[in-house]
This record gives sequence, structure tokens and C-alpha cells, in this order.
Amino acid sequence: MHELGITRNIIAIVSEQANAGKVIRVTLEIGKLSAIMPDAIRFCFDIVARDTIVDGATLEIREIPGLGRCRECRKEMRLEQLFARCECGSNKIDCIAGEELKIKEIEVN
Amino acid sequence: MCTTCGCSDNTKATVTNLATGETVAVDEHHQHDHAHHHTHRHDGHHHHHDDAQSHDHSHHHEHGTTINLEQEILAKNNLIAERNRGWFEGRNILALNLVSSPGAGKTTLLERTIHDLHGKLAVSVIEGDQETINDAQRIKATGCKVVQINTGTGCHLEADMLARGLKQLQPPVDSVVMIENVGNLVCPALFDLGEKSKVVILSVTEGEDKPIKYPHMFRASDVMIINKIDLLPYVEFNIDQCIEHARSVNPDIKIFQLSATKGDGLDNWYNWLTNTVKINGESVAAL
Repeated sequence: MHELGITRNIIAIVSEQANAGKVIRVTLEIGKLSAIMPDAIRFCFDIVARDTIVDGATLEIREIPGLGRCRECRKEMRLEQLFARCECGSNKIDCIAGEELKIKEIEVN
Repeated sequence: MCTTCGCSDNTKATVTNLATGETVAVDEHHQHDHAHHHTHRHDGHHHHHDDAQSHDHSHHHEHGTTINLEQEILAKNNLIAERNRGWFEGRNILALNLVSSPGAGKTTLLERTIHDLHGKLAVSVIEGDQETINDAQRIKATGCKVVQINTGTGCHLEADMLARGLKQLQPPVDSVVMIENVGNLVCPALFDLGEKSKVVILSVTEGEDKPIKYPHMFRASDVMIINKIDLLPYVEFNIDQCIEHARSVNPDIKIFQLSATKGDGLDNWYNWLTNTVKINGESVAAL
């Protein structure tokens, strides 16, 4: 039940920003390494949005893949988790993308 | 409002000042409190969870105004955390956010640290737990200032709870505030409180692979303390492997190995603390 809380936060922020307009689309950016599961957000979204101005809005989730950069050789690589080993042998990898947790935009009528 | 585990809002969170015995509720600023008590009527309505790609809501193709938000979902917490950070800086207070699984020895380490640094470094404590003021009473027995925050159903401290706690605590200038977070290696990683550093505590009775099992927490922490090293002969804990795991998640993490009960390795931890707190530009260790 991880993502119920985040969905409440999303609906709260969107409701505040929509200026009482009817929200027809919410676009999120969620990094694949953010510890948030998009499917669980989708599951909670309709339920939490019910009886708010976000009710019935389309939920669009853009998943941002994990990207790391090796501190030793500066090579960039896809990250499937927060740790990895570079081809050069180093395990000093900085995560440079994939931890996003953001409401990108909303569409309001 | 935990974004990680969905534990409910902090309206049930309370702050207890051990000096006065007074308990107050953490501010209930939940102006968007909707949908908290929805009923689950599952009969006859579909969730669409079997096919996430089918955009079954967008039949009408209405076109409205697009508002570019670029809003971090945790922005509110982060804003309050930055205020706390400024509050600490203005008072020359080193704030550390202590995180671990339940039972790793946070409270014992605090008791020992306060006791051993008495007269050298002023320490006060914010205790976070779901329920009871037991830990705060243990800290109070050391003679230091302590405030207990009970999160109720919440699984971590948030920046606004800390702000309320600090008003009660009134820590002195040139000191250390130790924030003992709720025992949990998941959610506290996401919530900045305004601390200088997170200090993650791991005991040798746990698995050495915890850093890669809970990588978010070990990445968010500047310091890792491996506690209970006196038990190493009795447990199967590969300390080198643990350190390697921690460094693979966080190459810069600073590591202390110690036993808070037996005292091994505590000196390095104390040296780091007293070297980190500077009074008029000079470290406390040098004073």
C-alpha cells in the first residue's frame, strides 16, 4: 500500500494548482529508481480523485530510466538499481537520472 | 502523508516535552484533507488495473489549458526542511538524523554518547516513535534535554514535526541535536528534516546485505555506524562485505565500527562529532 500516500499528495497538489478548474489530465514523471511503483499509483488514482476536481482525469505516467555515471572513467550507463559496477571495474557510480518524483504538468478545462 | 508506505497523515502526531510533561498535537495543517474516509464500494466498478496501457478514461479528447507544474511531490516537506536547516545553522547546531531498523541500538548509542561527552559537547535529543515516551525517558535519565514526537500511525518523522519539536526543545547554541527517527529503513530516506547528515545504524545481528537491500537509505546517509561489534564472534556477519555493499551504494559514506554497550570503537565516533562541531571556528575537540 506504499503508493496510497503519494497519490493523496498528488491529488492535493493538483487540486491546489488547478484553481478550481476541472482537471482532465495529470502527467507525472516517476524515476524507475524512485521506489515508487507506477501501477500502484494508477490503482490508487481513481479512488483518491473521486469527489474532487481531479475526478475522471486521465493519468499519464512517464517513467524515467535510471542513468548512472562512473566516477572513475565518466562512462554513462543504464541503472536497473542504485548500485552497479562499471566496465572499468569501479563501483563508484553516481545516479544522475531515475529518482524523479514530480508532477510534470496538468491539463485543465 | 507518507509517500512511501501510505501511512496516514500526521494529524495524530504529538510532541511531548519531557521537561514539562506537556503533550501537544503537531499542527493540523491538512487543508486538502479530502478522500480520507472514502468507502470501498467495489461492486460493479472496475479498476482498470489489468491493462494499464488502455487509456480508457480519455474517450472525450477534451482539450483544456496545459499548466506546466514541474512540481516536486515532496516540495512542501523540503521547504520546511530548509527552514529547519537555516534555524540550525544560525544557532551553530549540528543536527544529525539517526535512522536504522528497530533494535539496531540508536537509543543505547545516544545514551552512551551523551554520557561520555558530558561537559565537552552539549547534546539534546528529539525522539521519534510511533507510540510511548519510553525512549525519551531513557534519554532524560542521562540529564539531557529531550522531546518525544509520537507519529501515531506514521512511519517516519517529517520536517514540520521536527519544527514543532524544536520549539519545545529549545536547544542551546553551539551544540548537537540528535534526531532519533522512527525505526524504519524505508520511508525516512525520502524525508529531509533539515539535518546536516543522516547517520544510518546497522547492527551485526542483522544481515550484511542491508545496504543493498535498502539502498535508498544508505545512499541518503553520510555516515554508517556498524553497531554491536562485540557480538561478531557469535554471529555470521561479514563486516568487509557489508562495507563493500555500503560503498557500492554510496562511495562517500563514512563508516564507524563500534559497540555502544561495551565501548569498542567509540573514540572514533566521538572524535568525528567533536571535530565536526566548531565554536568560533575552532573544533570542540581542540578546545
